[in-house]
Amino acid sequence: MQSLTYQRATSIGEAVSLLQNGGDTARVLAGGTDLIVQARERKRDVSLLVDVKHIPELIGVSYSPDTGLVIGAATPLYQVYGNKDVKEHYPSIVEASSVIGGTAIQGRASLGGNLCNSSPAGDSLTAMMAINAIAHIAGPQGERDVPVEDFFTGPGRNVLEAGEFVVNIHIAPHQSGTGGAWQRFIPRNEMDIAVVNCGTYLALENGSVTNARVALGAVAATPIMVPAISEILIGQALNDEIIDMAADAASEAATPIEDMRGSVKQRKHLAGVLTKRTLAIAAERAQS
Amino acid sequence: MAKIVLNTIINGENREFLADERDSLLEALRERLGLMGAKEGCNNGNCGACAVIMDGRLVNSCCVMAAEIEGAELNTIEGLADADSLHPLQEAFLENAALQCGICTPGFLMASKALLDENPDPSEEEIRWWLAGNLCRCTGYDKIIRAVQDSAQRINSSS
Ligand SMILES: Cc1cc2nc3c(=O)[nH]c(=O)nc-3n(C[C@H](O)[C@H](O)[C@H](O)COP(=O)(O)OP(=O)(O)OC[C@H]3O[C@@H](n4cnc5c(N)ncnc54)[C@H](O)[C@@H]3O)c2cc1C
Ligand code: FES
Ligand code: FES
Repeated sequence: MQSLTYQRATSIGEAVSLLQNGGDTARVLAGGTDLIVQARERKRDVSLLVDVKHIPELIGVSYSPDTGLVIGAATPLYQVYGNKDVKEHYPSIVEASSVIGGTAIQGRASLGGNLCNSSPAGDSLTAMMAINAIAHIAGPQGERDVPVEDFFTGPGRNVLEAGEFVVNIHIAPHQSGTGGAWQRFIPRNEMDIAVVNCGTYLALENGSVTNARVALGAVAATPIMVPAISEILIGQALNDEIIDMAADAASEAATPIEDMRGSVKQRKHLAGVLTKRTLAIAAERAQS
Repeated sequence: MAKIVLNTIINGENREFLADERDSLLEALRERLGLMGAKEGCNNGNCGACAVIMDGRLVNSCCVMAAEIEGAELNTIEGLADADSLHPLQEAFLENAALQCGICTPGFLMASKALLDENPDPSEEEIRWWLAGNLCRCTGYDKIIRAVQDSAQRINSSS
């Protein structure tokens, strides 16, 4: 391991000043499941780890029908998918957060870490984008909100400025007539990086679509929204033909690379398949 | 290198010890405390051979900084047996031949303990999902699953 220091922050203000004073190589430590390995393998230069797990605002999940869901950025995943309100109202968040790593990873890994690691294949990212989650950020200039769909600027890169970090993730209250779903394709059953992942969110009124959001992961330099699908679906009644059109739009929007996990052709195909499947599930949930 | 003093409870005992600030928990356990039960398989979170229980949750100690355990409570494989009598999981692993080389075994035992603490009567599917982050190159897993089922039965019938 490279030489580094460890500091435990107990308030947002303390974390901001530690990060600010620490400069470029100061890093937020949440669950450490990406960061500790990256630091050890020297994929990242780290001189200071700022442990944010002892800041009260960063741990825990709360829900109110008026203000919605707030997930502390460093809350371990098992507390996210194990939360009763998340289970009841946000199945796509459960679907994504319960497949990240195995038990030991889920005891530590967080949504904030998945978000800020900003891998194009990060599994929770497309679930959060589809449901229009908002990242609440604190920094030297105060606090600001950035929708997760606008958070990423490149592989491993995001909008966070020096001294900034994510405090929590906010999702609007659940409304009846809406539903979300998330799936990924991996060659094994568990413990693998997605070849493609896909999050969807649908709002239906009297059988017709009033809102549709589809996000795809591992098909571009960052996870992407597919606005073309929203245009196809909004105002229409869902049927097989229109869902096929949405799936084609997903394949078209995907601009993947070729690597050991999958070819361009396979990834484009999977983008369509997962869009179709998750839309069907989201529609069922919206109607139930 | 900067040394730090850490205070923790390990297997029920208060421990105060010196570690290097850049040590992982796995390094601190093995190199500072001489607790050699947790194994280094991959050192990147994938194999589970280094698994220990921290504040009641299963974690891979190679993905935890030693500095993070200040004030925490740890359970490691060294504390699983009760003096001379093996834990029912250890007995069941032996009797079901759920190990060969044994490198993965401390991790599997701690992961299985964490499972049974939370869910005393898991289905085979639940066991397989829970243990998906523990790799074994020798046994082919079936015997491990059987051992966990077997010990769940023993624990439940004795309580
Ligand atoms: C065996 C294994 C399996 C895995 N499987 C998957 C998988 O299936 N799917 C998947 O998507 N990922 C997977 N991962 C990757 C990793 O577990 C996830 O990305 C996880 O969500 C990271 O969260 P963390 O809390 O551990 O982040 P950390 O490692 O603590 O941090 C990750 C990065 O984000 C920064 N950061 C963390 N929190 C904040 C914050 N609040 N504000 C600003 N910056 C922050 C850190 O500085 C660091 O750069 C796996 C990792 C391992 C080791
Ligand atoms: S050595 Fe820690 S998970 Fe493999
Ligand atoms: S017994 Fe050899 S790795 Fe499991």
